[in-house]
Amino acid sequence: MTSQDTAEQTPPALAAQSISKSFKIPEERSHTLKERALHPLRRSRHEQLDALKDISFAVAPGEFFGIVGRNGSGKSTLLKCLAGIYRTDTGKIWTRGRMSTFIELGVGFNMDLAAYDNVALNGIMLGLSPKEARARYDSVIEFAELEDFQELKLKNYSSGMQVRLAFSVAIQVDAEILLIDEVLAVGDAAFQQKCFDVFIRMRDEGRTIIFVTHDMGAVTRFCHRAMLLERGEAVETGDPTEIADRYLELAFGRDVGHEDFEVATPRMGDGAARVSEVWLGDDRAEKRSVAPQSEPLTLNVLVKFNSHVLDPAVSLTLLNEHRQPVVVATTTDDHEQSGGFQEGELAVFSFSMHNMLAPGRYHPIVTITHRGDGLDVIDRFTREASFVVTGLSASGGMVEIPVQTGVDRWGVLPAGYVQPARGSA
Amino acid sequence: MSVSGVSESAAPTAALSAPLGQPIRGPRALDDSWSRFWHLAYNIARSEFKLKFFGSALGYLWQVVRPLLLFGVLYIFFVEVVHIDKGQGTAGRFYGAQLLSSIVLFTFFSEATSGSVRSVVDRENLVRKIQFPRLAIPTSVVLLAIFNLGLNLLVVMIFALIEGVRPMVSWLELPLILGMLVLISAGVSMLLSALFVRFRDISPIWEVVSQILFYASPVILPAEAVHRELAHGSVNHFLYHLYTLNPLVTIFQQFRHAMINGDTYSAGQVMGSWPALLAPVALVVVVFALGFWVFNREAPHIAEDL
Repeated sequence: MTSQDTAEQTPPALAAQSISKSFKIPEERSHTLKERALHPLRRSRHEQLDALKDISFAVAPGEFFGIVGRNGSGKSTLLKCLAGIYRTDTGKIWTRGRMSTFIELGVGFNMDLAAYDNVALNGIMLGLSPKEARARYDSVIEFAELEDFQELKLKNYSSGMQVRLAFSVAIQVDAEILLIDEVLAVGDAAFQQKCFDVFIRMRDEGRTIIFVTHDMGAVTRFCHRAMLLERGEAVETGDPTEIADRYLELAFGRDVGHEDFEVATPRMGDGAARVSEVWLGDDRAEKRSVAPQSEPLTLNVLVKFNSHVLDPAVSLTLLNEHRQPVVVATTTDDHEQSGGFQEGELAVFSFSMHNMLAPGRYHPIVTITHRGDGLDVIDRFTREASFVVTGLSASGGMVEIPVQTGVDRWGVLPAGYVQPARGSA
Repeated sequence: MSVSGVSESAAPTAALSAPLGQPIRGPRALDDSWSRFWHLAYNIARSEFKLKFFGSALGYLWQVVRPLLLFGVLYIFFVEVVHIDKGQGTAGRFYGAQLLSSIVLFTFFSEATSGSVRSVVDRENLVRKIQFPRLAIPTSVVLLAIFNLGLNLLVVMIFALIEGVRPMVSWLELPLILGMLVLISAGVSMLLSALFVRFRDISPIWEVVSQILFYASPVILPAEAVHRELAHGSVNHFLYHLYTLNPLVTIFQQFRHAMINGDTYSAGQVMGSWPALLAPVALVVVVFALGFWVFNREAPHIAEDL
């Protein structure tokens, strides 16, 4: 890849040399003079949290560099250090070119002001001069698709409109280096796609992008290179797919040791594989238990294979509160042969759908079977795991499928009119 | 993507001898770009000003009405009831304009300082989310107070002209007087906003201190009156010296002397001699320097201490 080749000749766009950062977390925060005066010794009692430990890396000009890690691994702290929001304890950071940070969108937006003032103010905060900020106003509004709402105060915007405006301002700041912290997780699906399109365009324009995420899909799709952080340390830097694998290992490897529930409930099947865990959403660490209606819904199933298994089928049944199966899906529907799995191998099977479920609580049941008719059960996961679907659309049906309704008024038929028999015309 | 290329560019130490561009030093009170600092402070103040202007039905009128109301109450009590202006001889002329001018100047000081106490903490989302010269926040509070002062001074001048004050050469002193006032207000505002991050009781403490300052400045009682009490022996010398050290005394009294009525004491007369004026002036400079020093020291870790 060209960005790799040039890395050796040209100086890096951003370089960090052994940066460390720790936070002092007071056990009991004393904010007033009285507390300090009464407990003069308490001041020294604090825990030290080492958020970043001796991290070095360099990003070549034009590179899309991912920083991945689980929650609390220090990735956001690292980004804030790079952005100059936190001062590092030790180490140095250098940049070449104008840098812009997307840590949060719409920083400094004032809800009582109209779009124009907010665009100007936000642009200035992001590093534009007032002149530049005003000159970009039209293109900002155009990208945000808010031409018809310019006069409104921001508080009268929907949250989606606010996000669109904020993102539009942010991308108009033409920086050579962009620091992005999972701002993509906002907005509806269409707008998210638009954001990704912009980032791809920026990447293709040769800008340097540093992207912090725990979405491995985005990492493998966009990044040239990635770095994995774990407990403040850079575990590995390299090819995005390898990093994504390492991340999954780290994220999922930990809890598999104590499969407590396996002992507690008698399990069906021959035990050639076991379902270790079922969770909602992309991030296992997040422990989501709520799935908003009419949004994408993904259930992931972590399976540990205890012996060699060829082409297993994993099926998911979602039971509603009345124990009625609402959704049934099997992996063989999609791909007939899931492949061979070795002893000790871990795999995550996912079931993604558009959430058209009625609001309420749902219990997933997962069954793994050997290839064939689906009757040769390996494992059946019936643990009392559940999640809640939230939403306003509750017609009373089991599912909320969008239905188009219409009416075609035929009027009052004249007396004595006899409707022609079907097919007679 | 070749694995060897990856590992080579992943080792930055090899390239460290090469020029690496701008170092990132973390957050500071001021960074290298003055224009960015200025644009930020100015535009934050401007949008706040705009909000006040359009935010309520009577809009900006409130900004002018507030000091006028206080003036009305004090005027009725001290002029119509106590006749405070009668004992002052010619210095008592235009007492109304003198009183109003001091109220307006004090309102500025109070807005700039009390307004900045919480300013950094209230703009937490800015401080924690973007890199910018931290000093822009208290500066914007002072700027907003300056905008208000400008409008209020217009009212003072109109009032003074109606009362019969005529233009004087000494009006040229105005920038100097206001400059001193802005300097001391900015110094206090930097100090308070930085300290409040760590000590939340700065807020009630400052409320009390600013009340004391109101009575320890020539707002109601002109400096001549205080000086006369000294001659009568009813004011302790130490207290009087303390009083004259207050830079607000110098500023307010000189404003009355230069802008409204030349018969009132000048700042020099209050001190006893012109060279003695160096003390309050030096205090202004010291407060400003101290405020900047404290803010500059706290700025790098404000984001973490919030």
